[in-house]
Amino acid sequence: MINFNVKNKDHMLLIGFIIVVALAPIIMAPIGGGYPDLLQKFAIFGIFAIGFNILFGLTGYLSFGHAAFLGVGSYTAVWTFKLLTMNVIPALILSILFAGVFALLIGFIVLRRSGIYFSILTLAFAQMSYNLAYSVLTPITNGETGLQLRLHDARVLDGLFGVTRGEGLPSTSLFGMSMSGWSGYYFCGVIMIIAFYISIRIFRSPFGMMLRAVKSNQNRMSYTGLNTRPYTLAAFVISGMYAGLAGGLMAITDPLAGAERMQWTASGEVVLMTILGGTGTLLGPVIGAGVIKYFENIFSSFNDGILMEAFSWLPEFLQHAMVSVIGLFVGEGWHLTLGALFMVIVIFLPGGLIEGISRIGNVIRRWRKPKPLPTTEADTAASE
Amino acid sequence: MSILSVKNVNKQFGGLKALNEVNLEIEAGTVHAIIGPNGAGKSTLLNCFVGRLDPDTGSVDFDGVSLLGMKPHEINQVGVSRVFQTPEIFGDLTLVENVMIPSFASRDGAFRLNGWGQVADENDVRENAMELLEDVGLVEQCDTVSNQLSRGDKRRLELAMCLVQKPKLLLLDEPTAGMARADTNNTIDLLKKIAKRGLTMVIIEHDMHVVFSLAEKISVLAQGTVIAEGLPNEIKGHPKVQEAYLGGAHL
Ligand SMILES: Nc1ncnc2c1ncn2[C@@H]1O[C@H](COP(=O)(O)OP(=O)(O)O)[C@@H](O)[C@H]1O
Ligand SMILES: [Mg+2]
Repeated sequence: MINFNVKNKDHMLLIGFIIVVALAPIIMAPIGGGYPDLLQKFAIFGIFAIGFNILFGLTGYLSFGHAAFLGVGSYTAVWTFKLLTMNVIPALILSILFAGVFALLIGFIVLRRSGIYFSILTLAFAQMSYNLAYSVLTPITNGETGLQLRLHDARVLDGLFGVTRGEGLPSTSLFGMSMSGWSGYYFCGVIMIIAFYISIRIFRSPFGMMLRAVKSNQNRMSYTGLNTRPYTLAAFVISGMYAGLAGGLMAITDPLAGAERMQWTASGEVVLMTILGGTGTLLGPVIGAGVIKYFENIFSSFNDGILMEAFSWLPEFLQHAMVSVIGLFVGEGWHLTLGALFMVIVIFLPGGLIEGISRIGNVIRRWRKPKPLPTTEADTAASE
Repeated sequence: MSILSVKNVNKQFGGLKALNEVNLEIEAGTVHAIIGPNGAGKSTLLNCFVGRLDPDTGSVDFDGVSLLGMKPHEINQVGVSRVFQTPEIFGDLTLVENVMIPSFASRDGAFRLNGWGQVADENDVRENAMELLEDVGLVEQCDTVSNQLSRGDKRRLELAMCLVQKPKLLLLDEPTAGMARADTNNTIDLLKKIAKRGLTMVIIEHDMHVVFSLAEKISVLAQGTVIAEGLPNEIKGHPKVQEAYLGGAHL
């Protein structure tokens, strides 16, 4: 009975998710988000956050270095474009694999510690990777310029299959279908749906249960006959592979890989997305990624000129005052807005936006039915 | 035949000798109680059995294999389960999940990457867990988050978590502390039932009612030394035991 309900709810969630991804261009149009570049960004960061949540949400291990795997994914994809083919499938597979291997190596070392020490170690490793990409590894990463496509790249597979070389730089494709514009968005959207489905499976699997046990009580786990280390390592590698996939998709949208993708700010961003949306919930990280990328897009596009116009109805001295105050929070300063938003959420909605949504849902239900059953935290967690 | 054999175990914490030349033989299929005043070293001794502590010197053999140097999960996998003095449970998980996890551990071993199968399809494991929750009287709360239980209930949950593994040796560190009288009696009945099935148990207890209802053999520990050992009637009148208890904080 209970089992049936959980499965049913998950199916509904997945179907709803697919519908939203399919109709996103229409849904997002009224609020100015209905264009492919932005939606594609939602999908890519959604994938990144879904994967990050498998580690952080389930095991509680907070990594501050996941952008390193994103970077590895991007470099791998661009190298695949250069050496093998402009077809995106091999690039994605190799991105996932390389990021997975890299995560295995790093995870093996950093998972010797937990808590804050683990976080610091991941941060240190990611910063090391970032610095290496600028120094020793320039033959692979092309340093500050970033790794780019060239006219005379080998593209061995494309050559074998007789793909004709055009005049300009080639573009990425899925068996001939160009990966720009709407086809690019829908490709990323489908991949995100698959990624989301896999995460649902993991959440509801015995493995997922073990990961939640890691977060809850590692001591009890050991005395129960479970070796915690391979569980955390597996979660670390899986989330690293998700990050690699996201990095690969970034390179598909724009076949250029730079080391700044590995910077700690990028690692921090996925942490914010996950917490903002709702750590440990299925949907939260995707929502968090969407909200942050949406606001980033809006707020960073404002400049003083637009603001001046918006406040032109005010007397001049007030207009200038308003613009100089609000100007701090938009454009380059949009991170200030993000910080404020984040603080408000963490203080008032520690469960993230998902908690906010379920609270609103409860209010509506109570309003409809005069005498509701009290819901426990467990109910909210399970119903999500 | 002895299933657990402890020889000349010493353990020192700084200047404090917590265990001093402890020798102990646990017969297979019996309930063996360890009693003694607070701070006598009882929990420390159990810690040496499950890999939480390594004794400074001495040996601990289970079923002919040395437990020293083995990791806690390895020791559990060879058949030793323990209920702790302060309940060790998965506080954020529901009761039924708490019992399913040890069940998976016994079935699938120390690690299995089963990320595609669904817990909802594991009907055997779930039913098994529900049966044990029924045994310890917690079945109605099966979907409660276990942090919300009282201390006595947490202990019963932990007992179910150990029993679901069908261990060869069950170690119980004050299993009825913090329980209401009725629950204590239920727990005694449950442990008696399990003992009848032939499970070997080592039980640390302060409650003499519990000890004398269950134990077939008793060892008395005081200041890290076994000062007496024997059948329950022998221990009851033992002068050294009286003295240790009168001298200790507990009677
Ligand atoms: N990990 C530890 N570090 C230092 N001292 C300890 C440790 N564990 C136990 N002790 C000390 O060893 C003595 C025996 O403790 P314990 O085995 O818990 O006694 P009890 O018989 O009440 O279970 C106590 O004096 C206790 O303070
Ligand atoms: Mg004790």
